[in-house]
Amino acid sequence: MHRWFQDWSLPLGTDRLGRDVLAGLFHGARTSLAVGLASAATAIIIGTIVGTLAGFIGGLTDEVLMRVTDAFQTVPGFLLALAFVSVVGPSLFVVVLAIALGTWTGPARIARAEVLSIRERDYIASARVIGMPPLEIAFREVLPNALPPVLALSSVIVAAAILTEAALSFLGLGDPNRVTWGGMIAEGRTVLRSAPFLSIIPGIALVLTVLGVYLAGEGAVETTATRRGRS
Amino acid sequence: MRRAFILLRRRLIGSIPVLLIVVVGTFLLLEAAPGDAVDAYIGTTGGDAGLIESLRQSWGLDQSAGTRLAAYLWSLAHLDLGYSVTFSRPIRDVIFERLPNTLLLMGSATALSFGLGSALGIVAGARPGSFRDRFLSIGSLALYAVPGFWLGLVLTVIFSVQLRWFPSSGIETIASGKTGFARTLDIAQHLALPVAALGVIYLALYLRIMRAGMAEVWRMDFVLAARAKGLSRRRIVIRHVARNALLPLVTMLGLQSAAMLGGSVVIESVFSVPGLGRLAQEAVSSRDTPLLLGIILVCAVLVIVINLVVDIFYAVLDPRVGASEEAA
Repeated sequence: MHRWFQDWSLPLGTDRLGRDVLAGLFHGARTSLAVGLASAATAIIIGTIVGTLAGFIGGLTDEVLMRVTDAFQTVPGFLLALAFVSVVGPSLFVVVLAIALGTWTGPARIARAEVLSIRERDYIASARVIGMPPLEIAFREVLPNALPPVLALSSVIVAAAILTEAALSFLGLGDPNRVTWGGMIAEGRTVLRSAPFLSIIPGIALVLTVLGVYLAGEGAVETTATRRGRS
Repeated sequence: MRRAFILLRRRLIGSIPVLLIVVVGTFLLLEAAPGDAVDAYIGTTGGDAGLIESLRQSWGLDQSAGTRLAAYLWSLAHLDLGYSVTFSRPIRDVIFERLPNTLLLMGSATALSFGLGSALGIVAGARPGSFRDRFLSIGSLALYAVPGFWLGLVLTVIFSVQLRWFPSSGIETIASGKTGFARTLDIAQHLALPVAALGVIYLALYLRIMRAGMAEVWRMDFVLAARAKGLSRRRIVIRHVARNALLPLVTMLGLQSAAMLGGSVVIESVFSVPGLGRLAQEAVSSRDTPLLLGIILVCAVLVIVINLVVDIFYAVLDPRVGASEEAA
């Protein structure tokens, strides 16, 4: 095992099995970002569809869907992801789905609130008058207009997804065929006393990535807001 | 008080269908797991096909999913959560043995994050746009990006390995025989790092909400009136602005309880605290699905209870809540 900054061909050192830490950072970045973006997209898609249906159709459907949303919100998201991955088995696809299952309720509630206000608007009434089928109204007219507040939340969801994926990998439930930052931190734990840098470096990478995602999202929100405000 | 009871009754009635969905949903999810309790048991003890068959029959595992769900719901009504193969004890005993530790950890972490977070939020919001404000805002954003388990490891390296101020694992010194105040001190020393790791992450959230809330309240008319009256700045900040900005934070308390329970899973694993979170991880690694199901149920009930308490507290704090129902 090489320590960091000892050898210039291995700038961040290696772990106990001789695997290059810098290479691990790059490969782990792929997994973290892929899982973060995919699970956030899945959560937003599921949440928007559920929220739009609940808000638009109303009545019993709304009640049932809201109770289901409550149920998903009551169980801690991480625990649900844990149970899901342990039942189905660890793979990238399952991890993405597990994280999405824990986070879709936020977009669902926001979408539903937006839809409840949108469906009273005149253009919806006129769509009904010209005989558009309700489901078509819901997905062609209402949903695109309910999307902006949900998308404003998307950077927070991506950031949370990256952190959740890291926690799942740390506990050994990530995809075993991929390098992940959480997995690197877990492996560094065994030599925490003598080589703490093995656990600290991937963590710094995580902090910087999540921070970057947050700031990018806030920047995007500000840009679109000023653009809309100006026009 | 009457308002509080009306709210309580309405929430309790509303939470029953939610719990039912959680039970049925989790049961069906764990049905999808390959293998069952008999496989787990045989895996540790060994046995032939005849033994497997007879065990399945005696444990009722050869019946259909629907029958087993009904049986499970019936036993739940008697507060019987089933039997854990890993621990060879009733699940209820295992869970309630570990529950106080998690509650202690969560409660302390919530107190830390809420108290320190809102205090720092008041400091930041007292002078919006100042250097203090910017520094705290950026700091809180960075804190929010930190993974809890990594922070726990970093704290362990600094405070446990290098400085040796705190122990790195467990909840108390084993077989120390301490009682009373000495034991409390011992537990406090063991819990200091886990509570810090768990609390610091959510501190950022309360800081930002408090600060944003204060920025909102500053602009309101009654603050202008207070300033016109000539009240001291300190009095305005604490008694008028902060107090009203506190309400969204109380709502957040309830919502964050679910997130914090999830966070405690990892923190308890890092620090080997014998609590509910680590029990969940042990259940996952030993494929003890009835135990996992029991843990999820208890956590869901816990979240509902915490949210109820927070809602009542909010109703007590804010006289506007539920007033229309009371008048009716």
